[in-house]
Amino acid sequence: MGRRAKSRQQDPPSLEEFNGEKRVSTNDRRAKRRAKRATAEAENKSKSKSKSKSKSKSNSKNEDDSDSELELSDDESELEDAKADLFDSEDDQQQPRTMFSDDDDNEEGLEELNQHTATHFMDSDEADSFDEMAEEDDEFDVEGSDFEDNENDNLIEDEDDNEEEDDDEEQEEKVPQSATDYRMRIMETVKILENLSELGKRPRSQYIEQLLSDICEYYGYSPYMAEKYFHLFSPAEAIEFFEANETPRPVVLRTNTLKTSRRDLMQALVARGVNLQPLGSWSKVGLQVFDSQVPVGATPEYLAGHYILQAASSFLPVMALNPTPGERVLDMAAAPGGKTTHIAAMMKDTGVVFANDANKSRAKSLIANIHRLGCTNTIVTNYDAREYGKVMTGFSKILLDAPCSGTGVVSKDPQVKTSRTEKDFVQLPHLQKQLLLTAIDSLDHAAPQGAVVVYSTCSVMPEENEAVVDYALRKRPNVELVDTELPIGVPGFVSYRGKQFNSKMNLTRRYYPHTYNVDGFFVAKFRKVGPSPTTTKEKEELEMLQEPFTEFDAAQDEDLVEKSLRRSLKRRGIKPSKGRPTATESKSVESKPDESETKPVESVESKPVESESVESKPEKTKENTKHKRKHEHDHSHSKHAKKDHKHRR
Amino acid sequence: MRQLTEEETKIVFEKLSGYIGQNISQLVNRSGEQFVLRIQKDRVYYVSDAIARLATSVARPNLLSLGTCLGKFTKTNKFRLHITALQVLAPLAANKVWVKANGEMPFLYGNHVLKAHIGRISDDIPEHTGVLVFSMSDLPLGFGVSAKSTAEVRHAQPNAITVFRQSDIGEFLRDEDSLFA
Repeated sequence: MGRRAKSRQQDPPSLEEFNGEKRVSTNDRRAKRRAKRATAEAENKSKSKSKSKSKSKSNSKNEDDSDSELELSDDESELEDAKADLFDSEDDQQQPRTMFSDDDDNEEGLEELNQHTATHFMDSDEADSFDEMAEEDDEFDVEGSDFEDNENDNLIEDEDDNEEEDDDEEQEEKVPQSATDYRMRIMETVKILENLSELGKRPRSQYIEQLLSDICEYYGYSPYMAEKYFHLFSPAEAIEFFEANETPRPVVLRTNTLKTSRRDLMQALVARGVNLQPLGSWSKVGLQVFDSQVPVGATPEYLAGHYILQAASSFLPVMALNPTPGERVLDMAAAPGGKTTHIAAMMKDTGVVFANDANKSRAKSLIANIHRLGCTNTIVTNYDAREYGKVMTGFSKILLDAPCSGTGVVSKDPQVKTSRTEKDFVQLPHLQKQLLLTAIDSLDHAAPQGAVVVYSTCSVMPEENEAVVDYALRKRPNVELVDTELPIGVPGFVSYRGKQFNSKMNLTRRYYPHTYNVDGFFVAKFRKVGPSPTTTKEKEELEMLQEPFTEFDAAQDEDLVEKSLRRSLKRRGIKPSKGRPTATESKSVESKPDESETKPVESVESKPVESESVESKPEKTKENTKHKRKHEHDHSHSKHAKKDHKHRR
Repeated sequence: MRQLTEEETKIVFEKLSGYIGQNISQLVNRSGEQFVLRIQKDRVYYVSDAIARLATSVARPNLLSLGTCLGKFTKTNKFRLHITALQVLAPLAANKVWVKANGEMPFLYGNHVLKAHIGRISDDIPEHTGVLVFSMSDLPLGFGVSAKSTAEVRHAQPNAITVFRQSDIGEFLRDEDSLFA
């Protein structure tokens, strides 16, 4: 900790320096900046600790250290620039923990999005990378020391001045100073890894370790996330993936077929100076925007609901769902409404679409989009989707675009690189499983159009995708995976790192930014073929509820009660009197066996039985527990009661 | 969600008839499908009967919207049309004004319609009646109230206001926070 803090102080370049470099816009910005900074490092030390910008990025392990040492620079105008960036990223932070695939597609960000052209992206990219660099240095110092066999502190400080410790290993003799160095080394390592038997001089694990640490440095991932991503792909493909995450996805809009046709829309937009092309052969409604003289999110056509801005990946689950006119469809996590309106358009505004979102404030944009695009067949609700079975069932199609970690949309939200932890990959899948089971149970398996659930996430992690699908298949034998019928996408994993999934998992589809230039995405399509087993189970439970065994027959137990009471009194050294106990006592005593009766049941039987007795006599049980607490010590009942209970069962 | 009381229905229909006149009868029965009005909190929704029935199973606090929102009742029990009603009103409009391309954006930014921006105007619009505003390509842009009759408009100054804006589709962006429950 202390060590890190020390190295931290020396590292970040001053803002002036950074801004000076910002103006240099070559392809190799990173490299240049890095190199420049290396030369200027020495003077930095004496300068102020510089800049708060890295504050906005909560990067990796150095976060806590760095925050404490941030100071405002004196250069006001440059501070403004910094602030602009800062706020942008803070907006991102305000997003709820979970991501939805078309999160950024609502109007709020649109104008901005469109106004900022490629140059903006470059700028922000630069800013980001600056932060990363700042982090990189520190991290590097620490890690460099790690793999260079425990150098002591002095040496770490020396590293800033390019004084490297020579190591026995050839590969490590040079600590990369610029981004290009890192890049080179990454490429080399990948090359070696691909042909380890010929080129490799060290064990594979060492190369991978080095590659991962380089990825953390160069792309700014937390070690945990880097490793997680890395294991999804071959080394070369992983690098492609990381590269693709650095570039933004194209702006895509979807024609609202309720109001216009794609050709008309294209003409109208071209007339307004928008340069656009049909998205690809796989979509009949998508248009890709290359550049535009007007904000695409504020044209009269947009306001009149002729199109909606939507990521290309968001088309896919709806296309897989393929709703037809007249159906009853549920969108379980609908905001901001891109997919919902797509569904409504495919249904030609007939039937009914239930658009649910658990978050009321997000539902605003959902309602706005629904009205703007003229979908009159929708009902917007605000429920926890896990409870939707109580509200409405009998759907023929359900779209579950589940809240997820957003590991597929890193280009949209770079926070994911560092903010996700192991906990997220436990909690989110849990929620996703619950949602998926609810979705399956809410389907009407006898629907003439076929009962279909489409499960999609904007995550690429198998924990949130294949594992969830596999779980649903195991828990609900009445559903089967069917082909998504999507023209693009790679098959899902049948096995992943020793884990075997359902053999039909290859029917699911995965999407990566580097393969189709869409966000990382996952789509699975289920068909429900029979009623859910839960309904039968619930029926059993209901029947059990109606069974008379919880009925309490006081008379039958009376002498048992008396006996046990007498014994308890005896135990306390009181001679039991012949007469009946007093009123309160009798009450407590009478209720006692009831309690004792449920108690063993609880231990022996499953939970429902217990709750059932509670349900059938809520008041009495409450009383019982009260009394029980009171009289616990003076009662040695259970043996008889248990016997009695068993007998009656 | 509940049905409107008789009084509320009267207020709503009076308001609507200001824009669509006699066509109001077409609102209730559209292409063989029954459409009804429902009120949820203070918003009035225009929705097909079948969907309104389905929506009854959604609890009041959880129902955010259904069908098309026409507008809302103010605290003083007046009815105020929202821009979302445009898609209901536009096909049935009695009085229309078409604005030229150069008048589109000013109108969408919340300005009144000037005479100079008018491309076409329907005949015999009386003063102070509801008017639907379209672009020259027949894109409904909003609605308002005529400031002058058609005859007066023809002799008005180019910068004279002809339609007072009440609502325009720019509100989808401007008023998203307040517009939707």
